[in-house]
Parts: sequence; structure tokens; C-alpha cells
Amino acid sequence: MAANDAAAETDLSLGAEIARARRRRRTDFLRRLAAHRSFLIGAVILALFVLVAAFAPLLAPYGPTEINYRAILSPPTATNWFGTDGYGRDIASRVIWGTRVSLRIGLVVVVTTGILGTILGTAASYVDWLDGLIMRTLDGLMAFPGVLLAIALAAALGPSEINAIIALTVTFTPRTARIVRASVLVVQGMQYIEAAHAVGAGHARIIFRYILANALSPLIVQLTFVFAVSIIAEAILSFLGVGPPPPAPSLGNIIADGRSYIQEAWWIAVFPGLVIAIAVLGLNLMGDGLRDVIDPRQRAVGGH
Amino acid sequence: MTRFLIGRLLSAIPTLFVVTLATFLILWLVPGDISAEIGGIDATPEDLAAIRERLGLDRPLYERALLWYGNLLQGDLGHSYLLNRSVADAVLERLPVTLSLAGLALVIATAIGVLLGILAAVRHNTWLDQGAMVAALIGLSIPDFWFGIVLIILFGVQLGWFPTGGFVPINEDPLGWARCMALPAFTLAITQMGVIARMTRSSMLDVIKQDYVRTARAKGMRRRTVMFRHALGNAMVPIVTVVGVITGVLLSGAVVIEMVFSLPGVGRLIVGAIQRRDYPIIQGGLLVTACVFVFVNIVVDILYGVFDPRVRDGR
Repeated sequence: MAANDAAAETDLSLGAEIARARRRRRTDFLRRLAAHRSFLIGAVILALFVLVAAFAPLLAPYGPTEINYRAILSPPTATNWFGTDGYGRDIASRVIWGTRVSLRIGLVVVVTTGILGTILGTAASYVDWLDGLIMRTLDGLMAFPGVLLAIALAAALGPSEINAIIALTVTFTPRTARIVRASVLVVQGMQYIEAAHAVGAGHARIIFRYILANALSPLIVQLTFVFAVSIIAEAILSFLGVGPPPPAPSLGNIIADGRSYIQEAWWIAVFPGLVIAIAVLGLNLMGDGLRDVIDPRQRAVGGH
Repeated sequence: MTRFLIGRLLSAIPTLFVVTLATFLILWLVPGDISAEIGGIDATPEDLAAIRERLGLDRPLYERALLWYGNLLQGDLGHSYLLNRSVADAVLERLPVTLSLAGLALVIATAIGVLLGILAAVRHNTWLDQGAMVAALIGLSIPDFWFGIVLIILFGVQLGWFPTGGFVPINEDPLGWARCMALPAFTLAITQMGVIARMTRSSMLDVIKQDYVRTARAKGMRRRTVMFRHALGNAMVPIVTVVGVITGVLLSGAVVIEMVFSLPGVGRLIVGAIQRRDYPIIQGGLLVTACVFVFVNIVVDILYGVFDPRVRDGR
């Protein structure tokens, strides 16, 4: 009886010790991240974007599709910070509303790509007979260069925000699934997974609690870059006329408008592109920072 | 080496199968009645039936797939009724412009990127290193099609040094061709330059730490000789990988840049086809570009074998 009590006690203190170690690792990770200069700069930029998008109705001086025939093609002034377009619409207001479209599409693509990539990547590495089928299919999809597949898909499905999201998800999932598969394969070979099988843990518990929890880091880094690329890709789709249709204030739509006015009104195309570049730069800085902190081998190389 | 080559070529077969199947299925994704979209509002039911028959839409999916593959094997990519000519002809005629644009950009991006990366690695942790890496990061954050518009505004409209768009064939006027291609190629190169510079730098930093580099320096070899002869050769494999990946980005980037600079390449053909709902052209353009990319990837893999004998011998 007494021996049993003692065993229970050590067990308890061991559990507490593991919990403490976990907490320590987590705060250590956050502290390293907070000390990483480029990650911080990126995070501040992203936070600014989220704020601008969230408070667009308050920040924008005019409506995004508000037409003013008395201020057509006005250069940047005190009232129209970024000038106006051919309908006298305020570019600054359109850009501010446009950040909503970009962030929304980027975020949804990150979530859908993350979920699909995790399912496909895990299934490929965990279920032997699925591996060849899934990976060959993904390899095939990756043979379409860049965003060309997204352009063709969006063209077939028709121009709309939801179709842009579908097209971008199909385009970015293969690489993401590959990364998940690679890191799951590494974790799968670890002894503690064998131990979990040995003590009779179910497949669901092993996959979610042990494998995915430990294979998450490369996925997070990848999704940061997917976010960045989605924002550029959305602009490309809109620019080519297969994104959210005009007069929606998508940043790509505004640049497409500006393409027809390069002779007389440079401001229409310049400002929205600048905003995209800053947002993408912020996300790239965050992604680099996360990779530095997560992957010590890369850190040893020193910086980016 | 022969076995390595044959193995690599065979492994492209499943990839090409998925590529052709996905391209075929794109038409199936189009919602609603395609014939009504193509025919327009004043098409009679007989017109619509005729369009459906021409596109094979009146037949079941598997029959259409068999037809698609049967035609593909004979090099037939279908027929564009809106252009009234064969898709293969229309795409292949435009391909040289796209390929030369992507090729020029690849040369510019690789030359400047590798140089920048080596410089950053050799001068590790100096202002030069940091400056090069900041420039690289900014480069890869810029949407290239927008950068093209900015260059047109700056050098075309304001300064008038380059045409604002348009194209002159190289065999008619080489100088005019160069003037037309300069801005688009540089635009396309700028984002990928950063990717190559970053990869070259980290790959060089890995190699520089190796013992044999220190030995070479210790026995009195000049720094430059060590860097280019010993270090760069061994840093080449990751660099070649990246060059392979960015070729795909350049190919799809060229499609968009052609729209910005009004160059008559595959990209403008595809985008024009999207506006006209000319689906066979969209499919053909997509398929041919993907096949070019598959071919480039095979070449890259063979280059691995050249730079790293371990790959060749399957070790």
C-alpha cells in the first residue's frame, strides 16, 4: 500500500516536471522570437495591416466605389492622399478597402491550404498504399509553373473571390503537403512513436497528439510564405481579370485600372502595388524569423 | 549515367499524365452551359447543338477523355473555333517570345543573384552582406507585374528611354528587339534575383566552413581562386535546385509580364482566350507551358548528376 502511494507520488511529480519543461520550452521559444529583429518588424507591419483592414470604414475618407466627377484623375492632394482614378474614385480609400480583400483571401487560403496540406501530407506518410498515389498527383500539379494553374482554374470557374480562393488553394496545397509529409516521416521514425504504439495508443491519438504536434513547425513557416504569395497571386488574378470582379476594390483591380492610365496618372497603379509590397515584405520577414527560431541548423548559418 | 538518364526520363511519365488529365478536366470545371457562353445571346438552339458537338460536349466524360488522349498522342491539341486554327499552331507560334523573355530573365537573375550571394557570403556579417540580403528580401516581396508598370512609367513615359510596350522580332531589328525586351526581362528577373542571392549565400556559407576550404587557404591559395574554384563548385547543387524552381516562376511570370508590356507571347494568347472564353486555347497554352517546365526540371536533374556524382550513381 505504502509502496503504491510512493509510486503515485513520483508519477505525479514526473507529470508536473514534464508540464514545467513544456512551459519552459514554450516561453523560451516566444522569448527568442520576440528578440528576433526581422520577425518583430514583420509582425508590426502585419499588425498595422490587420488594423487598417479592420477599421477600413473609419479610416477611409470616401467610399471605395464612390464616384466624384468633379475630381477625375486628380494627382495626390491633401483631400485625395493617393489621387483619384478615371471615375474620380479616391485611390487611398480604395486601397484601404482593398487590404480587406487581400487579407481575407490570403487568410482563407492559408487555412484551407493548411488543412488540405496536413490531411494529404499525413495520409501520404502514414498510409503506405496512399503515398505513391497522392505524391504522384501532387508532383503532377506542381509541374504547372507558378500561378499558371491558378489563372486557368480561376478562368474556368469564373471571376469571383471564392473561385480565386479555390484556385489558389489547389495551387499552393501540393508544396505544403510535401513539407508536411517530409516532417511527419521524420517524426514517425522517432522512438517515442514506437513507444506510443507499444503501449496501445490509437491511431488518432498518435497522429494528432504525437506526430502532428511535433511536425507542426515547418508547416507554420510554410504557411507564412503561402500567405505572402497568396497576396501577390490574388493581385495577379485580379490584374488579369479572373479575380474578384470590378468595381470591387481589390489591390490587383486598382493596379489593372492604373495600367490604362500610365501616360497621365501614375498614382493609380503605384500606390496599391507599394501597399502589396510592404505587406508581403512583412510576411516574408516573419517567415524568415520563424524559420530562424524554429530551425537551429538554419540559425547556425546566420540570418536569412 | 545512361541508366540515370533513362530513369529520369521515365519518371516524367506519371507527371505528364497528371498534367494532361488536369488540363483536360479544366473544361469540365466550367460551370453552366459552355456552348451558350461561346455562342452568345443570339445563338439559335441549332447553333448551340453544333458548338456542343464540335467541342464533344454531347458525349460522356470518359469518351471525351479518350478522344483527348488520342488526339494528344498525335500532337493535336484541339481546334480553336474563335481563332479558326489549330491550338498547337497558335501556341507554338507564340512560344519563342515567352521562352526568350523567361530565358533572358533567368540569365540576368542568375548572374546578378549568384554574384550578390557570393559577395554577401565572402563579406559575411558586414554592411555589404546585410545590404545585399535586405535588397534580396525587398526584391522577392515586390509584385513583379506592378514593378513592370512602375518601370514603364519611369523609363518609358517620364524619361522616354524605352518603349512603353510592343514588340519587334529579333530578325527584323535586333536593337529594337533588345529595347523592347530590356524592361520586361529585368522586371521578371528582379524578384527571382533575391531568391538566388539568398540561396547562394547560405550555400556558400555552408561550404566556406568546410576543412578543405581552410586547407586551400592555408596552403597559400588566393582567396578569389578558393572561392570560385573550390567553394562555388560545391555550392552549385543547391543553387541549381533553386534555378530549376525559379524557371517555373519565370515561365508563369512571363505570362503576366507579357500583358504588362504588350508582348505577343503565350501569356497574352491565354489571357485573350480567357476574355473570349476560348477554352481550347487556354488548355493548350497551359499544357505547353507545363511541358516546357517538366522538360526544364529533367534538365536540372541531369545537371545534378553533372555537379554531384553521388546523385548519378544513385548513392
